[in-house]
Amino acid sequence: MHYQPKYEPLFSKLAWLGLIAFAFVTLIIVPCLYLMAPDGSSLHISSYTVTLIGKIMCYCIVAVAMNLIWGYAGILSLGQGLFFALGGYSFGMYLMRQIGRDGQYQSDLPDFMVFLDWQEYPLHWMGTDSFLWAILLVVAVPGILAFSFGYFAFRSRIKGVYFSIITQALTFAFMLLFFRNETGFGGNNGFTDFKRILGHSITDPTMRALLFGLSAFFLLFVLVLSRILIKSKFGRILTAVRDSESRLMFCGYDPIRYKLFIWTLSAVICGIAGALYVPQVGIINPSEMSPANSIEIAVWVAVGGRGTIVGPILGAAAVNGAKSFFTQAFPEYWLFFLGLLFIFVTLCMPFGIVGLMSKLKRKFMKTKTES
Amino acid sequence: MFENERNTLLFILSCFLLVFPMVGKALDRSDISGLASDTAMERLRAIEEIAAIGDSDALRLLVALQNSEVMVTDTGQIVLENEEWDVIDAITLEVLDPQPDMYDTVIVNNRMRSQLESAVGVLQLLSDDREIRLTSAKSLQDNLSPSLLKVLNKALAQETDQEIIRILKESQSVILLNAADSQQRMGAVNYLASSSERRVREVLASKLEKNNLGAYQEESPEIRVAIESAVATIDRKLTFIDYFGRLFSGLSLGSILLLAAMGLAITYGLLGVINLAHGEMLMIGAYATYVTQQVFIEYLPNHLDFYVIAAIPMAFLCSAIIGVILERSVIRWLYGRPLETLLATWGISLFLIQLVRQIFGAQNVEVSNPTWLSGGVELWNIVMPFNRIAIIVFAALVLIGIWLVISRTRLGLFIRSVTQNRSMAACVGVNTAKVDMLAFGLGSGIAGLAGVALSQIGNVGPDLGQAYIIDSFMVVVLGGVGQLAGTVYAALGLGVFSKLIEPGVGAVLTKIIILVFIIAVIQKRPQGLFALKGRFVED
Repeated sequence: MHYQPKYEPLFSKLAWLGLIAFAFVTLIIVPCLYLMAPDGSSLHISSYTVTLIGKIMCYCIVAVAMNLIWGYAGILSLGQGLFFALGGYSFGMYLMRQIGRDGQYQSDLPDFMVFLDWQEYPLHWMGTDSFLWAILLVVAVPGILAFSFGYFAFRSRIKGVYFSIITQALTFAFMLLFFRNETGFGGNNGFTDFKRILGHSITDPTMRALLFGLSAFFLLFVLVLSRILIKSKFGRILTAVRDSESRLMFCGYDPIRYKLFIWTLSAVICGIAGALYVPQVGIINPSEMSPANSIEIAVWVAVGGRGTIVGPILGAAAVNGAKSFFTQAFPEYWLFFLGLLFIFVTLCMPFGIVGLMSKLKRKFMKTKTES
Repeated sequence: MFENERNTLLFILSCFLLVFPMVGKALDRSDISGLASDTAMERLRAIEEIAAIGDSDALRLLVALQNSEVMVTDTGQIVLENEEWDVIDAITLEVLDPQPDMYDTVIVNNRMRSQLESAVGVLQLLSDDREIRLTSAKSLQDNLSPSLLKVLNKALAQETDQEIIRILKESQSVILLNAADSQQRMGAVNYLASSSERRVREVLASKLEKNNLGAYQEESPEIRVAIESAVATIDRKLTFIDYFGRLFSGLSLGSILLLAAMGLAITYGLLGVINLAHGEMLMIGAYATYVTQQVFIEYLPNHLDFYVIAAIPMAFLCSAIIGVILERSVIRWLYGRPLETLLATWGISLFLIQLVRQIFGAQNVEVSNPTWLSGGVELWNIVMPFNRIAIIVFAALVLIGIWLVISRTRLGLFIRSVTQNRSMAACVGVNTAKVDMLAFGLGSGIAGLAGVALSQIGNVGPDLGQAYIIDSFMVVVLGGVGQLAGTVYAALGLGVFSKLIEPGVGAVLTKIIILVFIIAVIQKRPQGLFALKGRFVED
């Protein structure tokens, strides 16, 4: 007899409403106001705001990807920042090629290569002038790295903190590698001074609005995709991996495949988020790969509530909003705040903002029924 | 006249030289008249002549030339100035009467300067101060010319110090490689085969090359064979020395890793908790050393050399107390949730870094080595600094200490029992919460000790711990937990391995290779190389 799960809709009515409202605001209202409202009017949205929100949406995508593996499969990866940066670098290579001869040295090569006295593009830059190849790289580079690393790690049943530490070491090693000039990715300074995408100026408002819209669309897409995955049988097995991997194995499942799939998928999503992030922010450098960034991603998810659908998005938005505020208002207290946030959330809010809200809601309901 | 120390030294030296019978004649006016010449070649020749005379007057004059104190008058007389700014004759040192109207400094060009240096060096070879002789013997090695042979022979005849004799003989043999007599050349090659200097190897190897006429630099085939074997011998020695140097720096790195990882292995083994704030315990230990140093500078400046000794218990206590506080306030609430502990301890580490930045400033603070830790011992051209040697010894002592605590004390017994089977230990009455707290304190305290060691070899700044945290985790992952031996083997192994391959592939690639290596090892031994054997399954 087959197990027939009770039919559950993908999202509740309220959630659908929220999603549609979000799509409406980000895909129509914000771009329209940004492009059409005149400068002085109260409805006008500045380029700064659009870039900031676009950036935070990219972080939200990463948070959703992190939630997929940590929240549902129980694998705490400290390498998401690496995949994010790799996606960014892959697309950054295309952006560098698009600069053409407009660089400081008016050379066919990017400025940093002229500076290093290189005569031609190194081998791994082959084909990066093609947009399609760049898109392929954005997906393939993080994907292949995650797949091969994950294959060996999961096969030898590295899990828990061991896995976290190994991914952190991997990130660290890559950061050192990208800091080197010889690697061919601009060393310390990374890539910057981008001019255009597909021949259109990157600072053009229409292009900004387009990138903003793409980020919003991809965020929605990832959100729905993760919900579909989690609601499926696959998602149930993932949660079983999280809750008791050994028992799942005794039941005859092979957890490696499930873990490998979700881990690779999450890496690819992070890579795409990175590729959306770089043209909006206009710079990518190796400090994006620093282990601290990857741990911060975990905290976004923890703050919002792991294992929930909107939690990671709330968390990423809240922490990054706080970061923008603190680094401007009291720069020296930001690390204090972040450190205390880490401790407070793990100690007092194990299910994050979402957990807190549902707890409050339950309490509220209880008092209502009692009265 | 002896304005500075150097001249005073030379004065003593000159007095000594006067006692010894000198070859040849005394310095007279005709020898030095060349200095007055306009052409550099003439002046160069004059310096050679003065050097050849080689008595105390000559040395004094040469040093004066080096310092641009020699002047020439309009009549072509060579003069100096005394302390009263009177012009005096360069040889008789008598004040000139009448004082000349015009005089110019003798111009010393670069070529003359190097000539002067070697000439002064040669004369200093005969000094009675061992240090002066040693320095001059060493400086002569850099520009050897056949004209030095006589001086070297003379110096060798008087020399009694073994080290200087070896250097002089080596220089002598290098010169003799060009001798006309093949017997002498053979002797020189045979002597040089015992050298372990890269420079000597290069000289010998150059003899095997052909000149532009197609003839070998060394014409005798017999001697060429001897040179070839000498070069091979030196190469073998150089390789050995090279590997010895790498081994030493590897051991040094390994002992630092060991110090940093031991505490981590205890807390991870016992609590299953990865403490990302462990690096900050190192940092606190280093800052405790700094504070101790400052206290000594303030109150006990006469005993400043012993501040490091006092810093050891200080650092242990500071880190241990902070560790216990953290365990009681944060970590114990998170037992059984290792991933969240990871995040919380990372938060603690950010907090501590910022706290130290607020208290001591973001810049590095200066922790200086006590005199007995500065300097080093030289073995086969490799300098082994005392502070590195001290750290190796210190790591060994700490290791023995921990081993005694773990294997001989009641606390150690409890720690071992809780590590092996927590619930069983609790059942037989071990107060596991207390053991957790004390073990965490112990682990943090050991990190504090590592901080003392680190303060002696590197910069002390708020970010100090960050540099070591990943490496020490690699040690724990590789070595496995539950046995000290695993940590020891993994730390020393990783240290030596990375230093052995580092010169060939560079630091970054070394880190990547080590990571790949660790992942490969874990494929075979998922619980680390030296994990406790047991039959249990998680969950």
